[in-house]
Amino acid sequence: MTIDRQSVPLLAIEELSIEFRTRSGTVRALDRVGFSLKRGETLALVGESGSGKSVTAMAIMGILDDAAHVTGGNITFGGLDLLCASPRALAEIRGREVAMIFQNPRAALNPIRPIGKQIADVLVRHGNVTGAQAPERAIEMLAKVRIPDPKRRAGSYPFELSGGMCQRVMIAMALACEPAMLIADEPTTGLDITTQATIMDLIAELAAAHSMATLLITHDLGLASEYCDRIAVMHAGQIVETSPTAALFANPRHPYTAKLIAATPGDVSCLADLASIPGGLPDLRRVDLPACRYSARCERSADECLLLPVPRLALAGGAEVVCRHPL
Amino acid sequence: MSEPLLRVEGLKKLYSIGGNALLHAVAGVDLTISRAETVGLVGESGCGKSTLVRLVTRLIDPSEGSIRFEGVEIGDQPARGFGKAAQRAHIQMVFQDASDSLNPRFTAFRAIADPLRRLKGVSGAALRERVEEVARLTGLPGELLGRFPHQLSGGQKARVGIARAIAVEPRLLILDEPTSALDVSVQVVILQLLQDLKDRLGLSYLFVSHDLNVVRLLCDRIFVMYLGRIVESGPAEEVFSAPTHPYTRALLSAVPTPGISSRDRRIPLPGDPRSPINPDPKVCSLYGRCYRSTDRCTETMPPLGDIMPGRQVACHFPILDAAPQPMVAAGE
Amino acid sequence: MTEALRHARYVLSENPVTAFAFGLFTFFVLCAILGPALVPYSPTASDTAQALRPPSAAHLFGTDQLGRDIFSRVVVATRLDLGIAVTSVALAFGIGTLSGLCAGYFGGLTDRIIGRIVDTIMAFPLFVLAMGIVAALGNTLANIIYATAIINLPIYARLARTEANVRREAGFVEAARLCGNSEARIVLGQILPNIMPLMMVQVSLTLGYAILNAAGLSFIGLGVRPPTAEWGIMVAEGASNIISGEWWIALFPGLVLMAAVFCFNLMGDGLRDMVDPRKRT
Repeated sequence: MTIDRQSVPLLAIEELSIEFRTRSGTVRALDRVGFSLKRGETLALVGESGSGKSVTAMAIMGILDDAAHVTGGNITFGGLDLLCASPRALAEIRGREVAMIFQNPRAALNPIRPIGKQIADVLVRHGNVTGAQAPERAIEMLAKVRIPDPKRRAGSYPFELSGGMCQRVMIAMALACEPAMLIADEPTTGLDITTQATIMDLIAELAAAHSMATLLITHDLGLASEYCDRIAVMHAGQIVETSPTAALFANPRHPYTAKLIAATPGDVSCLADLASIPGGLPDLRRVDLPACRYSARCERSADECLLLPVPRLALAGGAEVVCRHPL
Repeated sequence: MSEPLLRVEGLKKLYSIGGNALLHAVAGVDLTISRAETVGLVGESGCGKSTLVRLVTRLIDPSEGSIRFEGVEIGDQPARGFGKAAQRAHIQMVFQDASDSLNPRFTAFRAIADPLRRLKGVSGAALRERVEEVARLTGLPGELLGRFPHQLSGGQKARVGIARAIAVEPRLLILDEPTSALDVSVQVVILQLLQDLKDRLGLSYLFVSHDLNVVRLLCDRIFVMYLGRIVESGPAEEVFSAPTHPYTRALLSAVPTPGISSRDRRIPLPGDPRSPINPDPKVCSLYGRCYRSTDRCTETMPPLGDIMPGRQVACHFPILDAAPQPMVAAGE
Repeated sequence: MTEALRHARYVLSENPVTAFAFGLFTFFVLCAILGPALVPYSPTASDTAQALRPPSAAHLFGTDQLGRDIFSRVVVATRLDLGIAVTSVALAFGIGTLSGLCAGYFGGLTDRIIGRIVDTIMAFPLFVLAMGIVAALGNTLANIIYATAIINLPIYARLARTEANVRREAGFVEAARLCGNSEARIVLGQILPNIMPLMMVQVSLTLGYAILNAAGLSFIGLGVRPPTAEWGIMVAEGASNIISGEWWIALFPGLVLMAAVFCFNLMGDGLRDMVDPRKRT
């Protein structure tokens, strides 16, 4: 099963809506989420906890919980409709065409298997590499992610490595088969700042070298700003704004984006300059959720915002804002 | 010059890990905090800041050195019995992970009441009054007091942790990454609350964080820690705008700031930190990763010395020019 | 307190199985308390003319080889069996949990000493150990209770030790030290409440084992002595009669024994739900 790596865009998500059936109600996790990603491009999916970023990533990878139901929309990757693909096709694509790295790398690695073997496993499963060649290729991958003394380290176990090194191993496993797209879900949360910088630099470098598309999921606006070409801002399961990075910070069009930027300590000089965002996330189990889920917290909201579907406005430079009263 | 609120001198904590291997978690730290001052402590994992915090709050005993609080030596009182010391109520801490620091079986009320009962002997109506007062101060709605931690949001749990810490009217409050687990919008509220409490109650803070942007906002002075030692200290704004120690420079160059690209300013720190086990006392802790090092750095450990009034640095070749060092991140 | 009761009522209403188990338990307790006063015949009154009668209107469960009414004996035995079970479990729980907590929290020498004692107990096949204790000290009621308590102690100690060990470095323990709590207060006031849900399940399971243990000892003659009415002894006495066709002598005590153990096991989950605040809405 191969996908068309040259298709434009490489990844297209349209009107994706997902709900989770739970004992305490149906959680409408995603509502008409849509964005696209081109080959070689880096897109950040930014949002606070509960915004639905991880759910989106898992939907692309096809690893959603059994309680999840896709109630609308589609995901097209390299010409292939991921939501309609068979589990077998998805299993083949995972690892070879699209790979994912997670937060807390040590927890994602098998604690009782040496890292060299774990990389070799991926190579043999997806990379058309024989069992005999795999160990050698694994060491090459370790060198590629700049792990010092790779030959010796291939025999190490995850607990012997630092958090930063574990994340490098995850990257090595993810990139072993040179996928067309990498999804990085909060890859540096919990890591030191200097480690974070080197890991993100490494991802950026490898992505550029292989023309790999990167979807970076993060709550850190600074990180998104630093490493991504475009940013998509999510709130309570809805995409509120998508924009090239510079434009987003220079001129945010959605009230939530503006508030998020104003709440992020960055270049402000004093605490009083930061502003919090009033209100809180709506309960996604409610049956009567407003059309715009930010409206309850927004000073620009009016009655139409609650009732009528939110319009999508295309802006210059490929940007888009989903708002009835954009800034 | 009046005695500072907290004075730490030559503080060391060594752990024996078999044979004659000693892990130098804290390798000789000098630190002072004055009244109504917010001091920041920054450093990465393994630098010893958690150990330093536990020494200052007297949860563990130092191997060497002195800790003086309001002029009184508290370092020699054993940690086990410190719960009964007079100073216990004066030094309190807000923990990093509010979820972990609250007993899952205690309601918010009981969590906040605990130090009042144990340290101040308050009970009955007076207890209820004080808990409600403190909850009000920290912006915690009264009806949440009967809830358990799993019924509270991240921000609410953070407030409970803060309320518990200030309930006994401490003079020094240690804040160990109090907002790192919170969303950015909640973080703003909590930081502003902390600032407000400090002004109202005249507290001193020791603010430990890896988020340099936050530290810059809140702190008057900062201490930068690396491998168990203080490598730089001074007024926060000065250290941030013109760091003199190569490690501080590297650290600042790695901080991502929205709207500003720092990639071409990146100063890499190749390799891993030196081992804290039986470190060579003659070699600078940053040697091997530092782009300014020479042989001199292996002959004597640079002491923490004054470089300007109010600023100290532990380096043989501190960076004294004002311009940030442009450094292209060379391939390692 | 009313909050706890309200929550208990909620748990029972949510889970009919648990409600049934608690109902059954209440029934057993009532039998234990009121039984001896309400039974139609004295449990030791023998009437050889009526020996070995099958169940009838006069004798609901029939009579045994001495003409005693089995129904009355079964009901009266409830008090004894339940009493043995509850007392020995209380002892095992109290001592086991406390020592396990100390071992897990303090570690070091305390852990090693308690560990060795627990290991020694567990080195024996537990029922054999109970037999040994009773045989050596004499089969009085007290010794049966002590023996049952001793063999069930290790489970609590182990469980408490593991749970305390996991929690000893938790944030709330450090916070408790900062609040001026002594180590004893931390162990009893902070950690113990956290492990109670798990211990509650264990309590109910152990109640089942304890009854079976007492019955087992009686079955082989090392438990209570005749003519005392006790479920185990009655099964033993009736076992030989099964071949000769008098099935009711062993069956009814056996069924009641089974029902009691079943009831305790079902109660376990319910108890845990009642005690764990996380289960509260």
